[in-house]
Amino acid sequence: MSDALKFEYKISGENFASAGEATMRIKKELRSLGFTPALIRRVSIAMYEGEINMVIHAGGGVATVLVYPECVEITLADQGPGIADISLAMQEGYTTAPDAIRSFGFGAGMGLPNMKKYTDDMRIESELNKGTTVYMKINA
Amino acid sequence: MAKYNHSVLLDSSKCKGCTHCLKRCPTEAIRIRNGHAQISATSCIDCGECIRLCPYNAKTVICDKLEAIESFRYKIALPPPSLYGQFDHLDDIDYLLQGLRDYGFDEVFEVAQAAEIVSGYTRRYLRRPDVVKPAISSACPAITHLIEQRFPNLIDNVIPLLPPVDVAAKMAREKALAEHPELKSEDIGICFISPCPAKVSYLKNEMAKGRSNVDCVVSMGDMYFSLVNIMSRAIEPEINTQTGIIGVSWASSGGEASALFNDRYLAADGIENVIRVLENIDNGSFPELEFIELNACSGGCVGGVLTVENAFIAKARLHTVRHYLPVSRNWNVAGDAKADISIPDNLFMSEPLEYSPPGSLADNMMDAFRKRARIQEIAERLPALDCGSCGSPTCLAFAMDIVNGNATEDECIVKMRDRMHELLGGSDHDSP
Repeated sequence: MSDALKFEYKISGENFASAGEATMRIKKELRSLGFTPALIRRVSIAMYEGEINMVIHAGGGVATVLVYPECVEITLADQGPGIADISLAMQEGYTTAPDAIRSFGFGAGMGLPNMKKYTDDMRIESELNKGTTVYMKINA
Repeated sequence: MAKYNHSVLLDSSKCKGCTHCLKRCPTEAIRIRNGHAQISATSCIDCGECIRLCPYNAKTVICDKLEAIESFRYKIALPPPSLYGQFDHLDDIDYLLQGLRDYGFDEVFEVAQAAEIVSGYTRRYLRRPDVVKPAISSACPAITHLIEQRFPNLIDNVIPLLPPVDVAAKMAREKALAEHPELKSEDIGICFISPCPAKVSYLKNEMAKGRSNVDCVVSMGDMYFSLVNIMSRAIEPEINTQTGIIGVSWASSGGEASALFNDRYLAADGIENVIRVLENIDNGSFPELEFIELNACSGGCVGGVLTVENAFIAKARLHTVRHYLPVSRNWNVAGDAKADISIPDNLFMSEPLEYSPPGSLADNMMDAFRKRARIQEIAERLPALDCGSCGSPTCLAFAMDIVNGNATEDECIVKMRDRMHELLGGSDHDSP
């Protein structure tokens, strides 16, 4: 594989209005590099979901995106509360959001399963009270 | 995509080379080179933002002069509903329509009438089982261009119906030919009174491709000043409006959407707001809505840069204009209204939208990667202030311009200042 282009974005946990900024920037990069709309779609859905997760659950973090001609690798690292049971978290509909938040807000339990659905490889490393790192790979 | 001609033009004698338009262009289409703004034809979407912002009035819109219509034997005016909001104390559209007659038009065909028909067909379109939701309005040409450039995955969401102005022009020509058998098609001149450069460019390009029924496009501002001198309350108008509340409502944001009798819609206006909404839809994080109305101008078409009146005053006036109108005067004929999803073929766009990213780095990916790596290298040396003094909107855009051979690194004045400090003694001003 040839050298990757590396893009790094700090994701603020304090400003909800800026959530999605990193996804917007990486989409622009992928368009100018000539990737297909199909790849861009998968990257944007997976990355946006991850970006929002970091804002809501972990107080922000860092998104590092490595772009190769044949694939895009996204690493989302935060220093949030961590995930207690990753395989449980990966189940559709599993959520830690209280009922009150679920009825009018977010937390349908589809975030991580959706990220898996749109990527070719996805791994989560997490330690309670230390943080979570999500790695995703999307083949071109 | 075929070459698209733009109507937004720079008068370089007035341009001071300041950074107002540079910094606010939503598609980063502007560069300042040799002291003047330059607009990239591949990136510009004719939204008119730079015209609105320019403190020196150096940006203009190339429209036809009012005289352009004179050479035609039979002249038809196409006033859009945004025109109805421009006049003080206008409570009856008929006075305005009569004013257009008195100005010299043989016939007036309201775009609002066609808008009511487009609304009817949009309701049918949304009932079709194969429609990609949320369906996005195609009425604002600045928005359809933005989608073609930046949102390839939303192209299929755009409703492929013609905008009301095209439908109005088509109907006006057919009506004139039917009512006046002595006329040939080339005797008829159809003139649209445009509130914005996006519609001017759209129609000019359709004309160049030989598929528009519009023959000339004039600025709403120009027409306004001719009309205010002619319009009169003293004489009873001989012409009656053929539109209802729905047609008039298309002039401002939310009007097109409210005509669908469906609560599951969103209407966003102002180009930056629109971009945010499109990003959200594109990222898959969006409520389940049926219809999205998007207008590049704040307030909708009444906010176009060729209008005369403040968008919100114009919108308030439209409330008065609408007051005595029926809901609609142009219902589609339908047998079984609910089940009918038929739409005439000639109401569809003749060409589908096409993904055309303007910022492509290179034709092949390997070159694009190499270029992007060089851009990164240069960008890391730049101050990241995005001041615009170099003539590019951001440091990253400047780095790209350098790699593309359109700028040189020593045009960065922040770096130049640092070099000057070095030459003048070499000491850092923070050190003792």
